[in-house]
Amino acid sequence: MDFILQPWPWYVAGPLIALVLFLMFYFGKKFGVSTTLETFCTLSGANKLSNYFKNDLKTQKWRLFFAAGIFLGGVIAANFLTPNQSVNLNPDTVLEMASLGFADGGKTFLPKEIFSLEALLSVKGFLILIGAGFLIGFGSRYAGGCTSGHSITGLSSLQMPSLIATIGFFVGGLIMTWFLIPLIF
Amino acid sequence: MKNIKLLILGILFGIVLSKAEIISWYRIYEMFKFQSFHMYGIIGSAVVISFFLMQLFKKGIIKDEAGNKIKIQEKEKDFKRTFFGGTIFGLGWALSGACAAPLFALLGYSFLPAFIVLIGAILGAFVFGLVSKKLLN
Repeated sequence: MDFILQPWPWYVAGPLIALVLFLMFYFGKKFGVSTTLETFCTLSGANKLSNYFKNDLKTQKWRLFFAAGIFLGGVIAANFLTPNQSVNLNPDTVLEMASLGFADGGKTFLPKEIFSLEALLSVKGFLILIGAGFLIGFGSRYAGGCTSGHSITGLSSLQMPSLIATIGFFVGGLIMTWFLIPLIF
Repeated sequence: MKNIKLLILGILFGIVLSKAEIISWYRIYEMFKFQSFHMYGIIGSAVVISFFLMQLFKKGIIKDEAGNKIKIQEKEKDFKRTFFGGTIFGLGWALSGACAAPLFALLGYSFLPAFIVLIGAILGAFVFGLVSKKLLN
């Protein structure tokens, strides 16, 4: 039992993600999460505004169940499986966080400087949250997939577009982490 | 019944994302700073195992539950689209510490702030849908 409550190492998580991918394909679906964002658009009536969102919801319903499952998995893990939310970070990372003004680097999963009600209620904090989300949604649909669809499904099936997308993920991520985050915080 | 299976699979995926700290903002920062092997190990081992699964799918050794051959959709070959789209996504991934799937799991940890990120992501997908014709031509 204790093993489950501890953080899971990479060599447990990686194979389990491959298992999820396997079962998705076995069930006749595919492993891709960002398309779900489009399904939400269609659900909200975006199909009335643009043909892009004219999808048959019946064939997309499974995505909503899968996303609801991920949410429930998060709720279960947060409430029952994570007695200690500290993250065993590289000490260098913790020091860097402190110099950027993040007080409790790695004491919880999420920095309160971004993920707290206080941050959310400030103009800057709100813009960070909604802006980051916008980039994720816009970028993943533009690229035609996110980490699950491109970096895992696409790379493992040796698709060149997915390699290019994954390089793009890193170009964007490195620019944000090395140059923009120090400016924003 | 089919959808219940996907709900349960989603629960498993959500627990893995949470328990392996993939949803932790700090883990993503650490990854982009090359200060830890953790995330590389996860993505790398998932890709390597999936590579072998893909071979079994392609050769038809593993079929889906209905007995059909499993086909992997070819991603569109469009450098501009995948590279620039990927870069925009990467900016958001590093800033929020979450890619698409963790967004849903995060709701269990930090409901309101994560909800705002999710709303932003849906808006982003919506705006992309509106301008897609112009962008993709």
